[in-house]
Amino acid sequence: MATRIVMSKLSPTMEEGRVLQWLKQEGDKVESGDVVVEVETDKANMEVEAMGSGVLRKILIPQDTTVPTGTVLGVIAGEDEDIADLLAAAGPTTTAPAAEPAGPQEASEAEAAPIAQPVGTAAGGEAESAEDGRIKASPLARRIASERGIALQRIRGSGPGGRIVKRDVEMAAQAAAVSGAGIPSELGAEVPFEQVELSQIRKAIARNLAESLGPIPHFYLTVEIDMGRTLRLRAELNRSLEGQGIKIGVNDILLKTAAQALLAHPGVNASFAGDHIRRFQRVDIGIAVAVPDGLIAPVLRDVGNKGLLQISEEMADLIERARDKKLMPQEYQGSTFTISNLGMYGIDEFTAVINPPAATILAVGATQEKAVVVDGAIEIRSRMRVTLSCDHRVVDGAMGAEFLATFRSMLENPLRLVL
Amino acid sequence: MPKMENLQESYDFVVIGAGPGGYVAAIRAAQLGLSVACVEAETREGGLGGVCLNWGCIPAKALLESAALARHVRDDAADFGVKVNDIQLDIAAAVSRSRQVSDRLTKGIKYLFDKNGVTTILGHARLAGAKKVEIELKEGGATSISAKNIVVATGSRPKTFSGFEFDGDRVISSREALELKKPPERIVIVGAGSTGMEFADVFNAFGSDVTIVEALPQLLPLEDEEVANVVGRSFKKRRIQVKTNTSVKSLEKLASGLRVTVATKKGDEAIECGTLLMAVGRRPNTDDLGLEVAGVELDESGWIRVDEYCRTSAEGIFAIGDVAGPPMLAHKASHEGIIAAERAAGDSSHPLNPANIPSCTYCHPEVASVGRTEKQALEDGFEVKVGKFPFSANGRALTAGAPDGMVKIVADAKYGEVLGVHMVGHNVTELIAEATLGRVLETTVEELANTVHAHPTLSEAVMEAALAALDRVIHI
Repeated sequence: MATRIVMSKLSPTMEEGRVLQWLKQEGDKVESGDVVVEVETDKANMEVEAMGSGVLRKILIPQDTTVPTGTVLGVIAGEDEDIADLLAAAGPTTTAPAAEPAGPQEASEAEAAPIAQPVGTAAGGEAESAEDGRIKASPLARRIASERGIALQRIRGSGPGGRIVKRDVEMAAQAAAVSGAGIPSELGAEVPFEQVELSQIRKAIARNLAESLGPIPHFYLTVEIDMGRTLRLRAELNRSLEGQGIKIGVNDILLKTAAQALLAHPGVNASFAGDHIRRFQRVDIGIAVAVPDGLIAPVLRDVGNKGLLQISEEMADLIERARDKKLMPQEYQGSTFTISNLGMYGIDEFTAVINPPAATILAVGATQEKAVVVDGAIEIRSRMRVTLSCDHRVVDGAMGAEFLATFRSMLENPLRLVL
Repeated sequence: MPKMENLQESYDFVVIGAGPGGYVAAIRAAQLGLSVACVEAETREGGLGGVCLNWGCIPAKALLESAALARHVRDDAADFGVKVNDIQLDIAAAVSRSRQVSDRLTKGIKYLFDKNGVTTILGHARLAGAKKVEIELKEGGATSISAKNIVVATGSRPKTFSGFEFDGDRVISSREALELKKPPERIVIVGAGSTGMEFADVFNAFGSDVTIVEALPQLLPLEDEEVANVVGRSFKKRRIQVKTNTSVKSLEKLASGLRVTVATKKGDEAIECGTLLMAVGRRPNTDDLGLEVAGVELDESGWIRVDEYCRTSAEGIFAIGDVAGPPMLAHKASHEGIIAAERAAGDSSHPLNPANIPSCTYCHPEVASVGRTEKQALEDGFEVKVGKFPFSANGRALTAGAPDGMVKIVADAKYGEVLGVHMVGHNVTELIAEATLGRVLETTVEELANTVHAHPTLSEAVMEAALAALDRVIHI
């Protein structure tokens, strides 16, 4: 039986994906489960597996082509099977690819997890642009738009029946050049600039974070924490682990501490869901990781029930795969809390933009030696400033402050972590 | 006055001129529910259809078919296995046939007018203020009708140079050339635009000694140079004297004939002939129309000034077709007629894109084009990719015994936009529609190349030229 290979919606924010590489060619034999094509989603590069066996009869979407989700990429069928109907129906489909998720099945599992549902504003924003797969545009308009990196979805057509024609794309390109990249237009005309096309991940970041700071009422709480004891504990732990090839990082301790504090303050481990608030009973923490063309926050699940060693090992693996763009969607979606640490860049303190659907994010600055008054005397202490960004629809000032107080107290008395 | 029985005092839409612009405007306006009258001044019996049907496109094409058949029988028939002895050419019969075709079509317009409830008024109309038209009726007397909207569609007529005035006998225009009783022994045609080229073709086929004189460096000066050169070679092969870079200086009328003095790059030259056909352009029919009274302005060259919806400077008055300026093409006039009618009826209408108006010349081999020539595209700053395919490699053309010519596509190298398509060869005037549609729909060469074209057809040459523009040509 013929099966389709579809550009599945592999994440809630994914609207389109790019075919990176076909690993099978037309005419190649394919077994169910074979990886046939690599695609780039808005977050990661994914391998798409065959859902049926047969021969890769037709590649519909060539390499390096970006298509909306739901687009049929290719057809697997018996060698002599008639696939004319499938091919005829393979134009850009208007529905979600629910019928045949050719991507890894975990994708749907991830969606089934309570925390992974896109909620509130995030979902609303997406539906608009994804409403119709068919865009009426002349071949020339399509060609110019694709070569100049202009999304047809955002252009209003002036041709018959709203068809997008050449002049519409040219006007859109002009408008983009004038207002583009936040450069004031009078500068844009004179200052030379390099035009950097948006990668899928950069598009996703732009969309998500604009959705975040726009509709989510942020407020920020900052606290300075004495890290002396935590650093000493870390040194001791690492000495005890010497020779085992494992090192506990500050981040690992921050993860563990945050998880404990969140379990103590479930109101902060929450999400705004339109007509209700979800207080999650498990702590899944995302750690923001810089990757070459953006950032991604791999999620460590159920941190509250994991020890430091396990946290350290799992995080190292996640971070490495994040940098290689090898994460599966369920590995970077649906955190209940996020930590962003710019301490290694020497940043004293900063505020972070909430990564929906979570209601909070913790921005961690550098640990620095400072002169501090302790019991009436000046002492040199290692101090770290953290700032909690809160979605005010979920977290109030006092609630956030209480969480931070617990978080600080635990880091200042880290032996409690061992308990 | 039996014909004028149903004449109303006032109409929503009055069209002056029943040529291919005016009659189409009248029909479209009637379709849209307007009350419509169309006034035609032509004195020929039947008379509707303007120059196109009476004195232009249609009778000329009928004669060109006679010419093609004559050449085919004389030059090719034996090769095709059809032996014909004792060929006699009878231009009077050819002319008579052309008149019959013309009559049939003009009657068709009367039928369409009646069917759509358009009042036909034969006579000379003048604007009398913005909303009034006075008519001297052909059958005698005068009348006056008021009109909410008026369309001036009075067309154009041949012009000539000073010193070369038409005499209707030896110095003639296309109009007289269509009704010659016998082919001139020696004819000089001045002007190698489509009119001059077509008559050169006809008279050559009927045995005249033809010289065609053009002031510019190439025949068909508006067409692509390579295309024009193909026609030039074909004409020379048929012993038509081609004189480009040559302008006429003076004319002497002798008892024995005409002596035309021309200036060439090498100096002056005298050509003697019996007939001189002046095909040097046309001028607008704007006289005695009351345009000034109505406040209709002309441009510097004397054409009526209009906007993209054919509106003149006077409220409620439109101008379409030749009288509103070049290109002087019947199909341009018809489309403008539709635009004016839809505007007047308050419907949305599309402005005409001049770059998408095809142009056809029916000499042999035929020439057809739409869009920019290669030279224009380069001048406009495009990086150009040209794809060409010769009919000598096209199966259908060879079966028709017509290997001359080619399809040439001028594409934008960056995006594959079809900037222009130029064709020369057998029946290419029928092939240009694909290119025009392609331009209107903004297809790129990729779609032209990927469209399945039936085999064997001449249209395969369009696909192959598109493939050539993509460096993927198959059959050469």
